[in-house]
Amino acid sequence: MKSEDTVLLEVKNLKKYFYLRTGFFFNKTAGSIKAVDNINFFIRRGETFGLVGESGCGKSTAARLILRLIQPTSGEIFYKGKNILTLKRSQMFKYRKEIQIIFQDPYASLSPRMTIGDIVSEPLEVHRIGDKNSRIKEIKHTLKIVGLNPEHVNRYPHEFSGGQRQRVGIARALILQPELIICDEPVSALDVSVQAQILNLMIDLQKEFNLTYLFIAHDLSVVKYVSNRIGVMYLGKIVEVAPAEDLYKKPLHPYTMGLLSAIPIPDPDLEKQRQRIILPGDVPSPINPPSGCRFHPRCPNAQDICSKQEPELKNYPENGNNHFAACFFAGKPINN
Amino acid sequence: MANNLQEKILEVKNLKTYFHTDAGVVKAVDGVNFDLKRGETLGIVGETGSGKSITALTILGLIPIPPGKVESGEIIFEGQDLLKCKISNLKHFRGNRISMIFQDPMTSLNPVFNIGNQLIEAIQAHQNLSKKQSYDKALELLDMVGISDRKKRMKSYPHEFSGGMRQRAMIAMAIANSPSILIADEPTTALDVTIQAQILELIDGLKKKTNSSVILITHDLGVIAKYAERVMVMYAGKPVEFASVNDIFYRPLHPYNLGLIGSVSKLNEEKKERLKPIKGTPPSLIDLPKGCTFALRCKFAIKPCWDSFPPTIEEEQNHFVACFRAKEFLNGSLKRE
Ligand SMILES: Nc1ncnc2c1ncn2[C@@H]1O[C@H](COP(=O)(O)OP(=O)(O)OP(=O)(O)O)[C@@H](O)[C@H]1O
Ligand SMILES: Nc1ncnc2c1ncn2[C@@H]1O[C@H](COP(=O)(O)OP(=O)(O)OP(=O)(O)O)[C@@H](O)[C@H]1O
Ligand code: SF4
Ligand SMILES: [Mg+2]
Ligand SMILES: [Mg+2]
Repeated sequence: MKSEDTVLLEVKNLKKYFYLRTGFFFNKTAGSIKAVDNINFFIRRGETFGLVGESGCGKSTAARLILRLIQPTSGEIFYKGKNILTLKRSQMFKYRKEIQIIFQDPYASLSPRMTIGDIVSEPLEVHRIGDKNSRIKEIKHTLKIVGLNPEHVNRYPHEFSGGQRQRVGIARALILQPELIICDEPVSALDVSVQAQILNLMIDLQKEFNLTYLFIAHDLSVVKYVSNRIGVMYLGKIVEVAPAEDLYKKPLHPYTMGLLSAIPIPDPDLEKQRQRIILPGDVPSPINPPSGCRFHPRCPNAQDICSKQEPELKNYPENGNNHFAACFFAGKPINN
Repeated sequence: MANNLQEKILEVKNLKTYFHTDAGVVKAVDGVNFDLKRGETLGIVGETGSGKSITALTILGLIPIPPGKVESGEIIFEGQDLLKCKISNLKHFRGNRISMIFQDPMTSLNPVFNIGNQLIEAIQAHQNLSKKQSYDKALELLDMVGISDRKKRMKSYPHEFSGGMRQRAMIAMAIANSPSILIADEPTTALDVTIQAQILELIDGLKKKTNSSVILITHDLGVIAKYAERVMVMYAGKPVEFASVNDIFYRPLHPYNLGLIGSVSKLNEEKKERLKPIKGTPPSLIDLPKGCTFALRCKFAIKPCWDSFPPTIEEEQNHFVACFRAKEFLNGSLKRE
């Protein structure tokens, strides 16, 4: 169960709207992009919370809000019980040290003109930790932990492969000994065989350093593999939250059902028997999201009420502990 | 489905496409052999840079020359070697009898013309039809690829379409002249999962309806398992295993293929078994090691592996492998672990 001392981070009624300047877009009535629209979730200490959803559903915006790189439109973010939106500068400095991020693109996120030693030591300098000698020791130690040769501190990112660069990104996130690491699509840009190396590394590091992960990805098989619990987002909303195994076995929201069913499993016999649900239509724009339940235009189970009223994210305890879904007909199977 | 009696529609033999760059010769495609049967879907998998796209582009004659050069090989389609064909005849085959769907639809859609005009142009390039007939044909194509509100959509420009719709429009262009081979190079990688499923179903449905053949290039082993009948696994420019989809997944004989299967997490797996990645990264195609290109990463490598590249052998019926140790996997004396 959720209790104060096990919860590391909690997000309450969090919203981020991006306002569009009129005239910039041709549509004059364009008001705002509801990138994150009233989401709630919590992450326990030491667990991996996965956030999945299709492009543009608001995953990275949620990450940037938690990192306080952008200001929320409204809502609260609690870290160790304190609302970080009201932290003073000095406290904020400490918070920034405890929360780190790993980005998707190991090519774009590393400056090409810095050596990997400089890249990894930057956070130490920002937070004024150690002197030159102790930093070098720390950097070499961290490079070794992530499986890089410590003798390579003076090399540049272009001398490394994609997987090695992602290791550099991980080393940079790790060097401040953070509590929470936000991983925004950390393996999406990598080859499958290299993805597995990085995922294993991340799992090992989590155990060794008791890290908490917020793991963002659109690949549900990867997310399921690493996560304890998963939140599914659709157009700025969280539509389902459940322990990873329950989400796969007993999805309650029709979008989750469609998403699971859309992913082919690398097993030919199984795949040839599997009944698939192909969700129709495109993902609508978050500028003028559909009324009521945002999923209703694509939902095979939609009824009248779905376009009129917005379903709340509710607990369905009969479906396992802490299984939440936002659907009037949660759990109803989809008939193709 | 695909058996030996089926007609071979395409045969690629010992194909080599190299790039002559300042840094050296990039052996992008280095001895590729495969055949494609009518009505089948052939999957090509392999790591980034392993030569999948260059294989496809060579078949279509789209390699930039220079720096590219087709060094050797044959591409036999409808009884003719495309590599020996006159340019004027090639036009008849490429983009018409064999056409391609790319990852990025904007590589084949022109942003300044509306969809209708582009479709009509594609139709008229190869078919002797009047304006009206071409227009009707274009409407029919949009219907086939599942674009509704067709008359209005004919007047739309590519940028007015969503990613999935652009992909559909490109597929409409690709099938405009009822090709017998459709090459789909990562056709859905840039799309959302639920849209990916729509597009792959569309391609598969069109294939069945028209009894054409599909070459499906992808990183996604799930997509391969679902749609491919036979699979070619490429590594560093060479095919290392070529077999039925079931053999590839259930009886892998090449250590790279084995490693690939051990690297993916399966959505349906209950026990979280630790992934078994392949160590290291692929070699540079410029200074390929002398022996087996996979030896550096291979945990089964033995002495001969460092001396020469293993020959491709049909280890069991229709199961081709280039590995010195495949026989031992096959007879059980070497464990796949
Ligand atoms: N600074 C911004 N100004 C305006 N709109 C923005 C801004 N940042 C994000 N958005 C919009 O907010 C929505 C959510 O974007 P976000 O990047 O959070 O999605 P995502 O789920 O991370 O998608 P992806 O899987 O593609 O990374 C999108 O419609 C995006 O265009
Ligand atoms: N114009 C070019 N000049 C030099 N080298 C090239 C050129 N085009 C491709 N190559 C090289 O040829 C090799 C094979 O490339 P190809 O695009 O076929 O790989 P791929 O298997 O399709 O990879 P991906 O999965 O990333 O699409 C790569 O090493 C690539 O760098
Ligand atoms: S030939 Fe040798 S090195 Fe190459 S894959 Fe087989 S065992 Fe490994
Ligand atoms: Mg994102
Ligand atoms: Mg390619």
